[in-house]
Formats: sequence, structure tokens, C-alpha cells
Amino acid sequence: MKIDSISKLREIYEEKLPLLALRQAEANVGKERVLMVCGSAGCLSASAQELIDQLNEEIKAHNLEDLVSVEITGCFGLCAEGPIIRVFPDDTFYVRVKPEDAKRIVETHLMQGKVIDELLYLNVDTNDRVMRMEDIPFYKKQFKIALRNCGIINPLKIDETLAAQGYLGLAKVLEENDPEKVCQTLIASGLRGRGGGGFPTGLKWDATRKSVADQKYVICNADEGDPGAFMDRSVLEGDPHSVLEAMAICGFAIGANQGFIYIRAEYPLAISRLEIAIGQARELGLLGKNILGTGFDFDIELRYGAGAFVCGEETALMRSIEGKRGEPFNKKVFPSEKGLWGKPTCTNNVETFANINPIILKGAEWFSSIGSEKSKGTKVFALGGKINNVGLVEVPMGTTLREIIYEIGGGIPNGHEFKAAQTGGPSGGVIPASQLDIPVEYDTLISIGSMMGSGGMIVLDDTDCMVDIAKFYLEFTCEESCGKCTPCRIGTTRLHEILEKITTGKGTLEDLEVLENLSNVIKDASLCGLGKTAPNPVLSTLKYYMDEYRAHVVDKKCPAGVCKDLLEVVITDKCIGCTKCARTCPVGCISGNVKEKHVIDQTKCIKCQACIAQCPVQAIVTE
Amino acid sequence: MACKCDNEVCYAELDKFIAEGHYDDPDSLIQVLHHAQHLFGYLPREVQIYVAKKLDIPIAKVYGVVTFYTFFSETPRGENVIQVCLGTGCFVKGAAKVMESFENELKIKQGETTEDMQFTLSAVRCVGACALAPVVMINDKVYTHVDPSSVKRILEKYLISAAS
Amino acid sequence: MLNVIINGKTVEAEKGATILDVANEHGFKIPTLCHLNLHDMDYCNHPVACRVCMVEVDEGRGPILKPACDTYVSDGMKIETDSIKAITARRTVIELMLSNHPDDCLYCTRSTNCDLQNLAHTMGVRENRFQGKKSALGKDRSSKSIVKDLDKCVLCRRCESICSEVQTVNVYSPVHRGFDTVIGTAFQDSLHDTPCTFCGQCVSVCPTGALTEVSHVDRVWNKINDSETITIVQTAPAVRVAIAEEFGEAPGTISTGKMVAALKRMGFGYVFDTNWGADLTIMEEANEVVERLNKGTLPILTSCCPGWINFIEYQFPKLIDVPSTCKSPHEMQGAITKSYFAKKLNIDPEKIFVVSIMPCVAKKYEASREELSVDGLQDVDAVLTTRELAEMIKEAGINYVGLEEEEYDHPLGESTGAAAIFGATGGVLEAALRTAQGWLTDDKATNIDFKDVRGLEGIKEATIKINDLELKVAAASGLGNARKLLEKIESGENEYHVIEIMACPGGCVAGGGQPYNHGDRTIIEKRMKALYEIDSHKTLRESHKNPDIIKIYDEFLGKPGDHLSHKLLHTHYFNKTDIVK
Repeated sequence: MKIDSISKLREIYEEKLPLLALRQAEANVGKERVLMVCGSAGCLSASAQELIDQLNEEIKAHNLEDLVSVEITGCFGLCAEGPIIRVFPDDTFYVRVKPEDAKRIVETHLMQGKVIDELLYLNVDTNDRVMRMEDIPFYKKQFKIALRNCGIINPLKIDETLAAQGYLGLAKVLEENDPEKVCQTLIASGLRGRGGGGFPTGLKWDATRKSVADQKYVICNADEGDPGAFMDRSVLEGDPHSVLEAMAICGFAIGANQGFIYIRAEYPLAISRLEIAIGQARELGLLGKNILGTGFDFDIELRYGAGAFVCGEETALMRSIEGKRGEPFNKKVFPSEKGLWGKPTCTNNVETFANINPIILKGAEWFSSIGSEKSKGTKVFALGGKINNVGLVEVPMGTTLREIIYEIGGGIPNGHEFKAAQTGGPSGGVIPASQLDIPVEYDTLISIGSMMGSGGMIVLDDTDCMVDIAKFYLEFTCEESCGKCTPCRIGTTRLHEILEKITTGKGTLEDLEVLENLSNVIKDASLCGLGKTAPNPVLSTLKYYMDEYRAHVVDKKCPAGVCKDLLEVVITDKCIGCTKCARTCPVGCISGNVKEKHVIDQTKCIKCQACIAQCPVQAIVTE
Repeated sequence: MACKCDNEVCYAELDKFIAEGHYDDPDSLIQVLHHAQHLFGYLPREVQIYVAKKLDIPIAKVYGVVTFYTFFSETPRGENVIQVCLGTGCFVKGAAKVMESFENELKIKQGETTEDMQFTLSAVRCVGACALAPVVMINDKVYTHVDPSSVKRILEKYLISAAS
Repeated sequence: MLNVIINGKTVEAEKGATILDVANEHGFKIPTLCHLNLHDMDYCNHPVACRVCMVEVDEGRGPILKPACDTYVSDGMKIETDSIKAITARRTVIELMLSNHPDDCLYCTRSTNCDLQNLAHTMGVRENRFQGKKSALGKDRSSKSIVKDLDKCVLCRRCESICSEVQTVNVYSPVHRGFDTVIGTAFQDSLHDTPCTFCGQCVSVCPTGALTEVSHVDRVWNKINDSETITIVQTAPAVRVAIAEEFGEAPGTISTGKMVAALKRMGFGYVFDTNWGADLTIMEEANEVVERLNKGTLPILTSCCPGWINFIEYQFPKLIDVPSTCKSPHEMQGAITKSYFAKKLNIDPEKIFVVSIMPCVAKKYEASREELSVDGLQDVDAVLTTRELAEMIKEAGINYVGLEEEEYDHPLGESTGAAAIFGATGGVLEAALRTAQGWLTDDKATNIDFKDVRGLEGIKEATIKINDLELKVAAASGLGNARKLLEKIESGENEYHVIEIMACPGGCVAGGGQPYNHGDRTIIEKRMKALYEIDSHKTLRESHKNPDIIKIYDEFLGKPGDHLSHKLLHTHYFNKTDIVK
């Protein structure tokens, strides 16, 4: 049944509001319960589906179907502790829940009203169990705009989206019927592109609005290719309608009636949730012809990526939607004038779109009051690597790196030391410990040689070799270079080769110079954003970790002990002369008499470390 | 995965997909190739030629697209597709060693398929389960916190089911 | 008008002009590599990929590098074409290209005539800081015409765009990605197994030695020096107006006599003129026109151009009966050489080795077509391009410019003005019209210049009135233009009677075997002008008036279209649509 007017939509919103009533932390605790289970790809990988099935079975077995419901929901963010269940209205946050825990959750918590202590979050600092989500340090400094509905609504049920003010933003702009005002609101809000570039979203919309053409397009860039980033995926899985609604708002603002979501084929769950959401929106007349009876037409199609990081670049993405190789083109004129099929096109990233509904409903002033002076609102980060609370966080712009790493992220595990945070993925750089107190926002990150990027934040500790990290990213860029322009096609390969030389102990001081010079040319002369930023991992590690590079080149040592060819496997005085190592060595480079200390011939050793595994007394070490 | 159906059925299915989705234009090439690979398991030469003719695209351009995107495979894949995540989150937690371990166990390199067509070993850039790093996907099953030493044990299950 | 500041000098520029346009106009040289703009062909290769033309640009937000070839100027824009940053970027880019390039300039066909080599030289690249892996794909020598050496490809994409956009043949595409990207064919098949027409336009735009012709030079030297063989050479109409360029003469220099003299110095037994064969072709073709006019089986398409014949065989199988069955002039000439002339000399045709000097690389393939033979003997045994002939003349140490002019040998050396213009688009059509008109009016017509079908335009149309007959004719050059005409014929929208098609834009003067023009299309125009000059200076300007042609029909062939003519001078075509399997 189609919703044929704006007033009808508002009625439905009022009507559906009770759906979420139980999910307010301040709701009255009665007999009814709702269990929100994280149904994002991360938790599903950790058996969340089995957990849901078990819960439903137990609920059925205890005849609680009328009182208790289990809903899947979007990512809670604390992925390290997944699968997660949040029980409403008594607001209990269970972590690391296994399918076999379903029985006691139903019997103990739901039936007896007793909280299961062992399933609560353990604050390692205080050794306390924490019941409420809000009280977990991880969430304390977070502020959710883009992820506002993740953990609250079931993304598969459009009624819940509607109850959470979904599509009311669209209704508002359609009612006001002033495209220019929409753009002005966005400009005033200070929202900048969350895909990495940080271009003011309102200006982009307004430029496309001003272009005159018979056809315009809206593109949602959901080709989240930065390895180690999953912000967009989480939004699409947890709150797909927020993106659809924002695209329609964009369509209205710029004068487009067709949108495309370009999404990675590697995200099957997000694709299926989007397909369901688009179907629901069409059925209710929130997409398609004559939306809400206002005469505005807008529809959305999905286009799948096929494994090419470069397609996250705006112009390459357009080529890919056109069915071609994803090769970027020179932006002689901006896509706001000539984009997809030569028509004015406005491309925004998923997270950017996820911010639109609240900005429209709450106003530009509200949004611009959040964040820092030049970067407004919040940013979602996928926190990963050597950090305790691996997961998804949304913080106001300007939050310091220290707050993110230590207060939200819970610090570095296993007693290791923080070495650097890598942001911006293959396009970004490293932020060293000396910069821990910088506010995380677009311009400060660029000023120290990194970039915001789409939100991947990988934490590195003292066991990570920075040359090796640079090499990792360059290998990625080489593989993902489209091959069109010379600096990126050949230049990144040469950078990678030089790094390979250095990590295998064959590097020279001249190589370091060439590395820097070549990086600068690739940065200046490449065709697209991928090439222009590809040398950043090299340049930023050179800037902050020159000593480490020199150690590889001059001393032929890898201080972090990562680069295999620079390690020496040595037998210490602990050796008992059992001969196991000598018998294991594939190249026969270990010698020694029985019951005497053995010796490794370094000229023959291939550093396979097979001996280390065999030694019964841990007498063999690398240094 | 080799072709799941006989070729005629696959071509008929492909025709149906193209007709129903109005995909018979050059813009739809990638969508059509995705579906063709879904049907045939990979994109052999004759399928590429077929798609080229159907969509009225020069064969060279189709081949150019197929070789550009890593998702498209020109060779049949093994019964079990192993994807080792080499995203940054997994990399810093030792995914490269996990990959190495798979390579040693299967005696193939990344991107290759075992001679008996049982396993294809490939890398994937981030499946978004960074909290569970290092992550390996075999077909649809996700293995989390994979240790290089556990690779042999993981593979055993598949070897047994292949033998039986 | 806008004001821009180039290297400190304020100049006026038009809105919509690129930095490169403005710099060129004001004498600032910015090097380019991938960029190639051939206005008259509607060809603009514009991938902005090589990054050689980077210049430093400041639009008020600080200087950044931008590609001059694809950046519009704006008012007040400051451009530094020679800043250290720009120069460093350019030089580094060239170094990078060279780091993935075989270091075999000394042996390369393109040495001293190579855009990459030139750039490296002018940018002062004297050593290379970069070493590493190199592409090692080897050479594709499978085709009879073109050698593809992908290791020398710099991915400028000129070949791809000329093949796809101008010729609409679409043999090439970038394949793979990253470092492994190459401009390849479908499935990286050898060119032989693709619908390549061998027109050679890709060769003529390739800036390096990645695309070159299959060389027949050694074979020809060996035959010249084989006492058992009688080598007979013939030269195509368009060669004489281009070859002098290879010796430093101005484009458009006519050097027929010197070329003949050089060929004689090189040791060829007889030097004949393909123009004679062109006159013969007109006899047969004009006869076919008249025959088909009577039978009502027009339109007729010309068949002189082997690239074009390949095109119709691959792409328009339904129209396979439309082209004239006439062999191309050099094939006719070869067939006559091995029959009529062999008989005259009383020598075994098997001992004759016919060499054609052609502006074309497709002719090499054509010469190998099995059906272009008589009694098991190929009509033509080797084909040299204009470039290869120049190479041999240089190798032989002949001072080309200083040569005394000499005459072609008889009896296959005399030709008319009609034959001369075969080398320009519209020329074959005009030649055929002259003879058809002559026959239909008993040579009473006073005007034999059909100027409507002359010029570089891609498609030319005219209605020619001969007596009461209104002949609708058209000439297309460039296969993309040919496609347009053919599609009209196929759909029945077009009712032409006679259509001339040449694969190369501009005709044979712009053939794939001609001296490299490095993107200067005014050279083509000058060559074309020279052909019409030859025509205008001839006393005999209609093929049917060529006394040697009249003689051969009297002595040997009988009438055009007779049995012997058919055996020696006509051919047939094949449906090759399924070339890619």
C-alpha cells in the first residue's frame, strides 16, 4: 500500500512509534522484553545467526512468544566483544554470547529476571562487570549520528525505520519544495564528504543543482575498498533506509530522478539488506513515481563492484557503472557538470548520506554545533589492529587520537606500546605517538601527512615494522592501480620494489632518497586520487620513522623484528645439546656435539625458524 | 566451483536474465558478467564471446573488463574457495603467515587452484570482520582468529569430505 | 578573451582552450606523448595518461601540477611550463617508462624516429634511477602485416582509439590492470586471429616501436642477389609523393624519377609502375559498373583497398557480393607480370619475384591471400612499405636526393593521370567516372575533373550526370566512415550506384606504410595535392586511353571481363564473421 501524502506519512510515524517504545533505556520495565541481537556481518561470522535461532527456540519452548521478541539489529560497534545482545527495556548489554547461552538467557534473565553476570562486559581496569551499554567506557565519548539507528531498529522492518523518523526528512524537503534551501542547509551545516576527500557536501549538491541538463544522477559510493574499514558496510546493513532517503533528498535538491548505489560485491549481506529496503520503499511509494503524492519521482538501482579498489574514486566509479573498466578520467569539468553518461552527477559516500536525515530534521545549527571549527559533526571509524576494543566508533570531529585509542579503544593489548595509528588506509599515513593529542579532523590530519580517509584506523604497536607496513600498502596500491597513468602504473611498482629491497637488507641510502623523490612525483603527477595519495604511506613513514628505515639500510636490522631476512636466528646458552634442531634444519646449517651448545651457520641459514619450533627449552631466538 | 549446470541451461538462464532485466545494452556489461559467472562458475572464453555478441560490445572490450576486475575469473575455481583476508586489520595480526601456511599445505600459490580442483586459494581485501582477525573464509564459512598452525586442521575437514 | 600568464608573460587566450593550445600558439613548447589530435579525422586521443605534459598551474590556490593537454585555461591563471617541479615530474615519468622498456634502441625499427626516444633525449635523461621488473610478453609476429611488441608499449592508447573510434574495428582494449596493463586483443590472441583489417593506422600513430610492419627487407635483398631470380618491382601511386620525406625533402615532393632510379641502382631487374595496373583496374571496374548498371545490380563498391576488403568480410557478410570482383592494381599487375610479361620475355614465371612498393601494411597480408594467385603462383611475392624502401635505399648508400631521374620500364610502366590519383580518397572513383563517361559519351565530354569527390573529407557524395544517366556516387575514407555508408546500404536508406572506400582516412597518401607524420596532417594534404599535380600534368588522363592498356587487351586479354581477364584479374570474398572463436 502506497503512502500517498506527507500527512499520511506523519500519521504512520505516530502510529508506529510504540514499536520502539520498549527500546528506550528509560522505558518502564514490565513483562515484555525485546532482545536486540547484532546481525552485522562481523557478529554473524561469530555465530550470531545460530544464537538467534537458539533464542527463538528457547522462547518458543517456554511459551514466551507473546512477551518476548528477538530482533536483529545493526552493529553495536564493540565488535571485539561480539556477538552482542542488548535486552530492553531493562537495558542489559550481553557480550560474547554463544548460541549455547540462549537457554540461560531465557531461563535466568527473561523468566527469573536475573542478570547473568558472566555475560556482562568486563571492565579490565576496574575488574567490574558493567550492565548498561552507556556505562561501558567504549561508548562514553561516542556520539551517534550516522549510526543512530544501529542497535536500535531492525533494518529488515521498514515500520521500525518509519518509527525512527525515517523518511520524515524527505517529507520535510518535499513539503518545503525548495531545492536551493536544501543545499543551503547543508552548506550551513558544514557537512563534508565522509569518503575521505572532505569536500563540502552542500557545495557539491548546489553545483549539481545549478547545472542545466535533461537528466541528472545521484550516486551513492558504497565501494568501501579500504582494507580494514567497514563503516559503510555497517550503515548499509544496520540502517539501509537512511541512505535511500538521503539519496532521494539529494535527487530532489539537485533535480535528479535516478540514483545508483555502487556497492562492493564482497558485501553480500549489505546488498541483500539494500535490495529488501529498496523493495519496501517502492512498495510504500517512498521511492518510484510521485513520491508521497508530491509529483517527485525518484528511484534507485544497485550496481555491483567487481573487485577494484580504484572504483571508489568518483570518476572510475562512473565508468564502472557504465559497464566499462574502472579507469578514472581527468576532471577537466567537474562531474557536477559532466559525470555519469556525461550528465551532471552528484556522488556521495554512504556515511555522508547517513548524516542527511538528522541534518534536515534537526537543522544546520544543531549539526554545526557538533565537532570542531572546520570539521563539523561526527566521524565513524573502524578501529582495528593492535587495540583492545576493535570495532566501530562514532566520535565528534576533533576528538583527540589519545581519547580514541585509550579511552574508547581501551589501549594496546598484551602490554605492548602504542607505536602509530594508520588512518586513511592505502591513501593515508601514520600518526606517531608524538601526535597522540592532535584533534582528529580533516585538516589537521592532512597537515601531519595522513588523511581522514573513509575511516579506517589501524593501531600499530612496537611489534610492527613501519617499512613493512609501508610495503604492505604499496603492494595493495600496485595491485589496485588501474594502470592508466604512468606515475601510478610504473611508479608504485618501483616504490614497492625499493621497499622490498630495503626489507630484505639490500637497500642503500640512495634508495631512501629515490624513494622520497619518486613518491613526490607520483603524488604530484598521477591522474587520480588513488595515484596522488598512493605514496602517502611511504612519505609519512619516512617522515616519522627515518631511523627505522636507516636501521634496515645501514645496520641491516629490523628493530621491530618483522623483516625475516634481517633477522638472525641464534642459539643461546640455554641450549642443552639435544640435537633436535640440527636434525630439523632443512639446510643443515646447525652443528654441535651432543650435550654441547649448538651453533647456526648464518651464511647458510634461510631463517625458516623450524628449529625454534622444535627446541624443547626455548634456547633458540631471533634477533 | 565448476559449472553447476549443463551449458545449454546456463545460456538459457543468461538469456532470461538479460531479457528480464533489460540488460541487452553495453552499460549492463558488469551486471551481466556477474550473473554469467554465477551461472557458469567462471567466465570461459565462449561465454565472454556470447556476452559480447548479446550486448553488442566488441569482444576485446569485454575481455578488457573481465581482466580488469579481480572478481571475474577466467579459469574454473576449485570445489572449495579459500579466501584469506589480507585487509590491514588481518595483516597486522599475521594474515600473511596464514596465507603462507595455506600455500604450503596446499602446495599452490595465492590465486591458484589445486590440480585436483579441490581448492582455490585467493586473497580478499577485508571482509569487515576485523575484530575477529585474522579471518579466513572457506566457501560461506568464516573462520576467525586463524593461527598459521591451525590451517592444517581447518583443511582436514574439507579433505575428508572430498575423499568420501 | 581571457588573460593567462605563461612563464611570466601575459597572453590572451580563448575560453575553452587548453593550456597546451595556448602555449603552442605563443611558442612555449610543452612536450606531449599520448595526446594526439587529428582534427580532420575527428580523432582526438585524449587519455591524459602519460603525464608528460605536466605544467605548474596556479589559480590562486597555490601551484599544482596539471596536464596541459586537458586543462582549460582560466582568467588570471599562472602557468609555469618550465618550473623545476614540472621538469622533475616529466623527467621522472620518462624514466619510469624507460624502466619498463627494452633497452634495445640500437636495434629498434623506430630508432631516431621514436617519440619516446626523442623525449628521453630532449629531457636529458642520461641515466635511469629506476630498475625493476619489466613486462616480458614478447612479440606477436603472427600476422602477415603487423608486428606487435607489447614490451615497447607505453600505453598511450593511440592505437586503441584510432582502431575503435576512427576505424570502428575495435581490435584493441586495455587488458589486465596495474603494472600488467597492456593494450591487447581479446584473450590476448595474436592479431592474426582477430578481426584486424591490417589497415595499419595503429602503426602510423604508434609513438614507439610497439607496432611496426612485418619486414620484407631481407627477403627482397636476398632475391635481388639471387642470380636465378628475376626481380620485378612495381610502385604504388602514393609512394612517389611521400618517399622523399624520408630523405629530408618537403612533404608533397614528387620524386618518381629518383625513386625509379634508386630501384634500378638497388638491382631490381625491371621497374614497373602500379599506376599501369591502376589503369587496368579501371578498365575492368568501369566495365563491371556498366555491366551491373545494365543488370540492375548496383551499387558497386571498389575493391582496391585490402584493409577495406577485410573489413567487409569481417563485419558486413551480407554485403559480400557488393564489392567489385576486381583484384587490386598491384595484384593485377603481378598477375600480368607473371603471364603476359613472362611470355613476352619467354621466361618461366616461377623465376619471377614480384615486389610491390606500397604505402600500406595491409598489402603485405593481401599478397599472401591464397586466392590472389594464378596456377599456384602468388601474384605478388613481397610487399615493401614506403618506409622499408627508404630504409633499403639508405642501406645501399644511394644518394637519393642527388639521383638523376629515370623512367619506368615497359611495357608495364606507362600510366595516365587517372591512375595517379588512386592514391587519394575519391581518386579511384574519379578515375572510374572518367572512363565510364568516356565510354558512354564516346569521349565527347569536355570535363573530366570530378572535383566533388576530391579532398580530405571523410564522406563525399555527388551526383554525376552522364548523358541522361544520373549516377549517385560516394567516397568514404576511414573505416568508421565506411561503416556509416555500409549501414545505410544495408538498411536500404542509401541508393548510391558507385562507392569508393579506402580504409585509411585520406586514402593511400595516409597509408599505414607511409613515412611517419607524427600527427601532422598537413603532410597528408600536401601529398594529396602532389597526386593531383601529377594528374594535371599528364597528357593522357583517362585510363582507357593508355596505349599500353589498349595494347594488352588487343594482344592478350581480349575485352574487359572476358575469360582471361576473369582468370587473371578478378577474385572473390569470404564471410569471416566468426574469426574470434
